[in-house]
Amino acid sequence: MELTLGPLYFNWPAEKIAAFYARIADEAPVERVYLGEVVCGKRAPLYEHALAEAAERLVRAGKTVVWSGLAMPSTPRERRLMAEMAAEDALVEVNDISMLAARAGRPFVAGPLLNVYNEAAAAELTARGCTRLCANVELPLASVAAIARALPGLEMELFAFGRLPLALAGRCHHAKAHGLHKDACQYVCGEDTDGMAVLTLDGEGLFAVNGVQTLSFGVQAATLDAAELRRTGVTALRLSPQDMDMVAVAAAFRSFADGDSATDDLRRALLDAGPCGPLVGGYLRGAAGAAPLEAGMRDA
Amino acid sequence: MGSVELVCPAGGPAMLRAAVEAGADSVYCGLADATNARNFPGLNFTPEELAEAVGWAGARGARVLLAVNTFARAGDTGAWRRAGDIAAAAGVYAVIAADLGVLAHMRRAHPDLRLHLSVQAAAGTPEAIAFYAAEYGVRRVVLPRVLNVAEIAALVRETEVETEAFVFGGLCVMAEGRCAMSSYAAARSPNLDGVCSPPEAVSFDEEDGRLTTRLGGFAVDRYKAGEAAGYPTLCKGCFEARGEARRLFEDPVSLNAMTLLEGFRSAGVKAVKVEGRQRGKAYVARVAAAFRRAIDALDAGRAPDASALPLADLAEGGRETAGAYRRGWR
Repeated sequence: MELTLGPLYFNWPAEKIAAFYARIADEAPVERVYLGEVVCGKRAPLYEHALAEAAERLVRAGKTVVWSGLAMPSTPRERRLMAEMAAEDALVEVNDISMLAARAGRPFVAGPLLNVYNEAAAAELTARGCTRLCANVELPLASVAAIARALPGLEMELFAFGRLPLALAGRCHHAKAHGLHKDACQYVCGEDTDGMAVLTLDGEGLFAVNGVQTLSFGVQAATLDAAELRRTGVTALRLSPQDMDMVAVAAAFRSFADGDSATDDLRRALLDAGPCGPLVGGYLRGAAGAAPLEAGMRDA
Repeated sequence: MGSVELVCPAGGPAMLRAAVEAGADSVYCGLADATNARNFPGLNFTPEELAEAVGWAGARGARVLLAVNTFARAGDTGAWRRAGDIAAAAGVYAVIAADLGVLAHMRRAHPDLRLHLSVQAAAGTPEAIAFYAAEYGVRRVVLPRVLNVAEIAALVRETEVETEAFVFGGLCVMAEGRCAMSSYAAARSPNLDGVCSPPEAVSFDEEDGRLTTRLGGFAVDRYKAGEAAGYPTLCKGCFEARGEARRLFEDPVSLNAMTLLEGFRSAGVKAVKVEGRQRGKAYVARVAAAFRRAIDALDAGRAPDASALPLADLAEGGRETAGAYRRGWR
């Protein structure tokens, strides 16, 4: 089972990003690292340089680096950047259909923010160069399995850890919460390194706002045993960066995937690493995403 | 038909007739299952009703479109293909789809039937639109509601494909087709099940003289005694962030872009669309008539008088907005 580190969704200071990836390069048992701004093209220049340096360092450490594209490119500058990224020879992660035509049949990873919900849609992408699919987070395992069965050559990655990317908007709700507009946002999203907590009036955590993105408050934890993952056709687990000890998270998943620890050990290790919300996993069983993994099944 | 095509919703045959009689050029509808984004009990068409509606509308110069605009369930895509086949057999003017698999099926099995790209596909760039046109022969794209009028005008200049813009009705706060907030709290999802805030997960709970609305057990809003409670929708709820209770995402308002009709027409937008297949025939009759008069006034060289066509009482929460179409909204 391959472990990957997903793209960082949050606006961290450049020094923090450099230190984070330096440690990942030296210590984290992940084979592949996705880099690049996915959420907001406006803030990308803040840490472009730090990410480029991180890429070099990760490659030196033997990791595969894959650049991730924007989920919702819109300005002429963002569209140009995506066209340039698509034209690169290196493998890229596509997170919006905009990039597909420019990719022109060369290999790509279909990211979890694309609406690929079934084998027919996945087949449309594999016919155009897609070699790996990171399943949309809403998909139950039964659907992931159906796609994997229909397309045996397609590598299947599962969003296994981190706050779930739930929604994108044209408006920046982070800026709005500070009484600001997107066009003069002062990059206030940088104040919340795991996203801005959104609680219900009962005081229960529900969402986390990260610029134009809304994530889950709960932290996805696909603590599934190796046999079930194999049956489902999953070939890689994606760990999505949060502001916590991601080396410990990766080590816990590695040990578990290798059969050296049990489900309970993995869950305990994840809780010890101090996640920013309760562990959830209901989507994988076809239940509400906020439900724990052990929650009831629904027909997938 | 005027300079801009008026596309109206129909949740059933009676609503379809009301829309056409009130001046709709085109009416869109769905089959009674998970293949469309308004999968509500008691709503939508049987295949027979659809075929009858096409004939009835055609005799009056109006078009019928079928929305097959959810994403097909993995391992069970047959219903979505069948919906496309039913549309073709009924002789609809176009199928509105979002799923790459559905688009591919339509292209292969019914190459002569017009394909419109649903707003659920969230195609907001010339590159995305060009991809759908080149690969699947998409003839029209329904524009994401995150764009403002200037952005729409720029987009229309860069594409050969017809464009359609929403002008009235419920307003998605998030990018359409890219929102899983409902399923996070309550399992069923707009993309997969055609339902947002599924009724089985909604509760109205009286506690200490106040009413709390919940979805999947999560509090969405709270009301004082006697205050009118809204249906709990997460993106319009009241939450605590930065230590303060607030409507974090959006107020419960509806879209009314009637005053922007002229802007859409000059931008080259081919059609304008009304949301609300679930709203019934009285709703569609009034909205269609108002927009018919506004488009006819524009075409006659008169500015449409929005104040003479009051629709605010039809809006959610009784309030309207031009939403993202005006730049300051962001």
